[in-house]
Amino acid sequence: MSAYWNDVFGGAKSLAIGLSITAREFFKPVITMQYPWEVPEIPERFRGHIELVRDEKTGRPKCVCCGMCMRSCPSGCISLVGKKPEGEKKKVLTKYQLDFTKCSLCGSCIESCNFGAIRFSKDYNLASTRKEDYVFDLLKRLEEQG
Amino acid sequence: MDTSIWRPIIYLICFMAFAGLNAAYLGWCERKGAGRIQRRTGPMEVGFHGLLQPLADGLKLMSKQLLVPEGVDHILFRIAPILAMIPALTSMVVIPFSDNIQGRALELSVLLLFALASIGMIAILIGGWASGNKYAVISAARAVSQNLAYEIPMLITVITIVMITGSMNLQDIAMNQQGGFWHWNVFRLDKSIFMPVSFIIFFICSVAETNRAPFDMAEAESELIAGFMTEYSSMGFGLFMMGEYLNIVVGACLTTILFLGGWSCPFGLFPGVWWFLIKIYILIFTFIWIRWTYPRTQVYKLLNLSWKILIPFSLVNLLVTAAFIKVF
Repeated sequence: MSAYWNDVFGGAKSLAIGLSITAREFFKPVITMQYPWEVPEIPERFRGHIELVRDEKTGRPKCVCCGMCMRSCPSGCISLVGKKPEGEKKKVLTKYQLDFTKCSLCGSCIESCNFGAIRFSKDYNLASTRKEDYVFDLLKRLEEQG
Repeated sequence: MDTSIWRPIIYLICFMAFAGLNAAYLGWCERKGAGRIQRRTGPMEVGFHGLLQPLADGLKLMSKQLLVPEGVDHILFRIAPILAMIPALTSMVVIPFSDNIQGRALELSVLLLFALASIGMIAILIGGWASGNKYAVISAARAVSQNLAYEIPMLITVITIVMITGSMNLQDIAMNQQGGFWHWNVFRLDKSIFMPVSFIIFFICSVAETNRAPFDMAEAESELIAGFMTEYSSMGFGLFMMGEYLNIVVGACLTTILFLGGWSCPFGLFPGVWWFLIKIYILIFTFIWIRWTYPRTQVYKLLNLSWKILIPFSLVNLLVTAAFIKVF
């Protein structure tokens, strides 16, 4: 008989606890993000594809065209071309291509760069139906960013 | 008493209009409530906070084909959804929303309501049987055993109320509880010290009678797909849904009238239909709240709850009430 009463009162108590939990959850703020309308804040160490860093003084990429990134890349994603214009001492970057289809975001290129000229971007919503769209011209991208 | 046929008919037409909107927007409340409880937002895209979503869903349901699969019992298959809807609509007619808002003031309105509720159960049985689908038949059998089991404690509880009031007329029962909340049957401890318990029993039974979670054995979607509604498409399904939501409203109305004083205000201020509506929608919110709190029970536990706990408790309450009425 005591088992019966335990069942009744214990059951009633646990039901009340359950209701109180859902009632509390009801008044807590919603944690769903309405994704296309709300964009998440990308964390500091997020690894998107790499991008070139601009030199704030000259407005041009910091890259000195040493080619260390190109050599350090285990998958051979990076290809860059630099030319020395007449009358200048240093090379100037004319083309910087990243084949993102092969990139595994290992970050070797960024570590190998002694000038801090490349970094991970925060691009996360990449979508395309064509493979060619993932071969990025990073120099053009930097210019477009203005 | 007004015996004209037109008054009930006008009420019926109003309730038909109400039934569609009610089902649509209770569906919206249900989804919003579920969302909030799970810390989601619920429908947001169609209209302001998804307010047009139920209308869009309704339009979609109406524009779909009413599919009648092979091997069903054609007549019964078509009758069942209508039969699920009509008793729920009809029972709204005898419910007194206020002292002068009532379709027909029948002397035996309590009895009529329970008779109609049983017809709703038959609709589920017919729908399940006519579908010629194993899931549907299992679901129909479950629904019937569940409804039978829960009608008993519900009726015993109602008998207690009828003994206190001395009337089977819902209008009289509500009139008897006018004044402050201490006149409400749920707090009438001078009639029986177990009245709050009997209110809880009645409420549990009305959840079970309307086949709501956690007692939704009839449409346990993880085991039975959609139960008796499996083969129904378009407005066949829509009518079942409307009937279901209308049954919830009827259950909430009945609980309000029998236990919570009908249209009376807890503090005796401005009694009227608004208090009735506030009470039923609080009860309906509780239905939703319960649904999104508890997981589904098992069939035998469901029947155990009724036969081992609810029926003995309601019988004890009946005896105690009888003793109190005799003694005091």
